[in-house]
Amino acid sequence: MRAHLPPRHLVLSWLGLLALLALTVTLAYQPLGAFNSVAALCIATLKASLVAAVFMELSERRSLTISLAAAGFFWLGIMFWLVFSDYLTRPNFPPSPPQL
Amino acid sequence: MPDAHPAEQFSDFEQQQDAAELGMWVFLGSEVLLFGALLLGYFVYRCDYPEGFAEAARHTKILIGTINTAVLLTSSFVVAWAVTLVKLNASRFAAILFWIAAALGVAFLILKGVEYHDEFDERLVPGLNFHFEGASHDAVRLFFSYYFIATGLHALHITIGIVALAVIATRARRDDYSSAYHAPPVLAGLYWHFVDLIWIFLFALIYLPGRAT
Repeated sequence: MRAHLPPRHLVLSWLGLLALLALTVTLAYQPLGAFNSVAALCIATLKASLVAAVFMELSERRSLTISLAAAGFFWLGIMFWLVFSDYLTRPNFPPSPPQL
Repeated sequence: MPDAHPAEQFSDFEQQQDAAELGMWVFLGSEVLLFGALLLGYFVYRCDYPEGFAEAARHTKILIGTINTAVLLTSSFVVAWAVTLVKLNASRFAAILFWIAAALGVAFLILKGVEYHDEFDERLVPGLNFHFEGASHDAVRLFFSYYFIATGLHALHITIGIVALAVIATRARRDDYSSAYHAPPVLAGLYWHFVDLIWIFLFALIYLPGRAT
C-alpha cells in the first residue's frame, strides 16, 4: 500500500493551489482599488499554470506538446489584442459629423 | 487485455500515446477559444459597466463558489494521483480514486444546483424571473446572463467529465490499463484538469469582483 501514496510533488501542488485559493479570496476583501482585479487574475493565472505544469504533466513533455498546449492561448491572445486595440481606443477617435 | 497491441499505424504504445495526447491538446485548444470568446464578451461589458458588474458579482454566492473551487482542485489532484498509479500497474487502487474524483464532480454539480436555486429565489435569472431594483439593472442582468451561460457550459463539461471518469474507473477495475497502455486515463485526466483550469478563471471573474467595496 505504501507504493500507492501520492507523489510528493502532487501533494505540494494541491496544497499550494488551496493556499492560493485562500489568498485570492482574502485579497478580494481588501480595498486595493484597481489592484483587486489584477491580483485576482494574476493568482488565477498562477493556479492555472500549476495545474497545467504539474497535474497535466506539461513540465515533463517535449516542446511540441507544450507549443500545442500554448497555441489555444496564443490565438486567444490575438483575439483579445485585436478586440481591445479597437475597443479601448474608440474614445480617442470620436465619429466625425456627417458630411453634407 | 483487449488492447495488448498498438493500433497498426503505430510502432509502439509510446508513439500511440504521444499521438493521442497531441490530439487531446488540439481539442483543448479549441475549448480555450470556446470559453475565451465568452470571457472576451464579459471583459468588454465589464469595461462598459465596471460598477454594475461589481454590484452584480456581490450577489453571487462566494461561499459555495469557494467550496466548489476547492472541490474541483481536490478532484484534479485525485485524478493526477490515479494516473500515476495506473502507470505503476496499480489499476485497482486507481479505480477507487477515479470514482472518488467522479463523486467530487457530482458534489460540485449539487452545490452548483443549490446556488442556481438560491439565485432563482432572489429573482436573478435573466429570461425567467429577473427583477433588480436600482440604477445598475441592465448591467446586473448582463452579468447574470454571462454567469448562467458560462457556468452552465462549464457544468455541461463537468457532466461529460464525470461520465468519462466513471468509464475509466470501470475499465481500470477490469485491469484494462497497464504501464504500457494507459492513453485513455491520461486523456480523461487532461480533460478533467482542463475543466478545473477553466473554473479557476470563472471563479476569479464571477465571485471575486466588488467584494472590497
